[in-house]
Amino acid sequence: MPDQVGLELIAAALGEAIPGSVLDTEYFRGQASLQVAPSAVRPVLAALRESHGYRALMSVHGVDYYPHEPRLGVHYQLLDMFRVDRIAVKLRVTLDAPSIESVTPDWPTANHQEREVYDMFGVEFEGHPDLRRILMPEDYEGHPQRRDFPLGGEPVLFTHNDATSPGWTR
Amino acid sequence: MAPVVRRIYDQMLEPKWAIAMGACSSSMGIFNNYAIVPADKFMPVDVHVPGCPPRPEALMHGILKLRKMIQDDPDLSWRERYGAVGTEEVIEAPAGSAGA
Amino acid sequence: MSTRADYRRMEDSITLAPLEEQVAAQRGGPTAELLTLNIGPHHPATHGVLRLLVTLEGEVVRDIKPIIGYVHTGIEKTAEDKAYWKVIPVVERMDYLSYYFNAMAFCGAVETLLECEVPKRAQYLRVIHLELNRIMSHLVWLGTSALDLGAMSMFWYCFREREMILDLFEQSSGQRMHTRYFQVGGVIEDIPLGFEAKLREFIAIMPTRVDQYNDLLKRNEILLQRLRNTCTLDEESLLGLGVTGPLLRAAGNPWDLRKAAPYSSYEDFQFKIPVGTVGDNYDRYAVRVAEMKESVKIVEQALDGLPEGPHITADRKIALPPRHELATSMEALIHHFKLVTEGFRVPPGEVYYPIESPRGELGCFVRSDGSAKPARVHMRDPSFVNLQATAAMTRGSYIADLIATLAMLDPILGGIDR
Repeated sequence: MPDQVGLELIAAALGEAIPGSVLDTEYFRGQASLQVAPSAVRPVLAALRESHGYRALMSVHGVDYYPHEPRLGVHYQLLDMFRVDRIAVKLRVTLDAPSIESVTPDWPTANHQEREVYDMFGVEFEGHPDLRRILMPEDYEGHPQRRDFPLGGEPVLFTHNDATSPGWTR
Repeated sequence: MAPVVRRIYDQMLEPKWAIAMGACSSSMGIFNNYAIVPADKFMPVDVHVPGCPPRPEALMHGILKLRKMIQDDPDLSWRERYGAVGTEEVIEAPAGSAGA
Repeated sequence: MSTRADYRRMEDSITLAPLEEQVAAQRGGPTAELLTLNIGPHHPATHGVLRLLVTLEGEVVRDIKPIIGYVHTGIEKTAEDKAYWKVIPVVERMDYLSYYFNAMAFCGAVETLLECEVPKRAQYLRVIHLELNRIMSHLVWLGTSALDLGAMSMFWYCFREREMILDLFEQSSGQRMHTRYFQVGGVIEDIPLGFEAKLREFIAIMPTRVDQYNDLLKRNEILLQRLRNTCTLDEESLLGLGVTGPLLRAAGNPWDLRKAAPYSSYEDFQFKIPVGTVGDNYDRYAVRVAEMKESVKIVEQALDGLPEGPHITADRKIALPPRHELATSMEALIHHFKLVTEGFRVPPGEVYYPIESPRGELGCFVRSDGSAKPARVHMRDPSFVNLQATAAMTRGSYIADLIATLAMLDPILGGIDR
């Protein structure tokens, strides 16, 4: 992990190269993360890869910050295998315009993971080669991982309950 | 998964029986959320083997139990057993096609 | 009921037109005919409920589209509805062959959030169980993969050794699978009497058994022809696709989180990381088999050096008090009640905790909002990411090699769909 100073240096370098890209930095429990503007995600990731050595994208995950605004978040976990160094790039988008640029053309590994974020949170990735639902059926409505989506499920009826709710088992 | 399993079940010839293996397919287990349908909801199940996952002994017991059921009453087909006559999946011919 | 119409509509979204044009251009006209073959979702060679839409030209694979989600159980959503310590059994059921790893990733993430110190004995006990689990996972992989390649007896030999490991798990936790042995702050119970003797027996027997597998398979002509120089993929493309674990090591990159970023006292143990040279299916096989032997070494070292001390953190705000204290101590009773009803609260924050699972980097992302339930649990499952490499590996090879590659990829559908 870069230490707090290293993180600020990276943030400063990125802010200089891509003005207005870095909104905030966070150093929590020894893990460094950058809060970036949603519009700048692809250049920021490209810059981290080219100039700072983070050559592997390990994970993309979606977060719902309900009830805070802007609600939806997308996190990218980057890894530098030579220095064994990780950095997280985070961004937030609103429910009204949940659209950011896809990084799949740069990192093929993001393909399935962005599809999962789209499936579960409804974040749309522009420029993704094949943005479809991945885990849920294609005709499914709603995005299950959002916090305001009901958990679902139903009471379990056993055969010995047939007396109270007749007809269920047949 | 439900349409796939149902389709396979409908494609099987009689006589046929079904074992629901594991908690998810019988009672939705510890999950019980938007993504799971218990097998009883869309097809008849003869034996439920609980457990997550079931122990080998449990599955063996389930199979032996099913064998006993079949030995006791080998002729009955499931639609009659479950009063489900008339629920066969019928594929309608597309509208406007000749002979429809 | 018109399920048939829905099915066809879902498949419409997958178009092969660009591919057909490409092949037609190569062949100088629309002479070549492509065949779309559907494998799965129920097929013995897919190792689970995986569906592959394979585009074939003759016998050569031109493209593969994996279709997943058939065993999606909404585990991440369920986890948000449960207190932190009740999430452990839920996440264990993701990747059903490496349950200790799932629990470890989750517990590690929560411990990082809590800044909770895990006792040394608990760390060693975790390592013992993690490595036994790795051997078990590889045994299932070896048995089923060899079965795919026609070596039927391997399946029985591998499951014979797997039973020994499952017996050990049953002894330490009472369950064969999904043991819920790992807790936030340590492990639930110390190992019982007799566990060590049985484990020593296993440690003595396992290396010779691995040698026997190698004797059966390593120079087997059929296996060599099926595996050697098939579906090779270079390190650079694998990294681009995010592939980790034995698949990446088979291509020559010695990336292993146990060495690179040790967690749970892995820095205390001497072990080697098997690395392949070519990156073909044979290397993938050889790396995993060699890993089993290394894991046995780690288990032995951990058992020899098992330190004395508590097996779970003494922090009563996190760990349940011992049973005997409940009868005598009011405070213990209050802690017990509080933990069982509400659970512990975790300071707000977001952490990502990666560990090395049998299939690659298993990362757990946990976001806490300060309450007793996690606000988001996400697993970066290695099978899910590695599956993307199938198309890149098999494009241009024969369909028989596709089956072998799928076996060597070792995807676990419970982990892919979660």
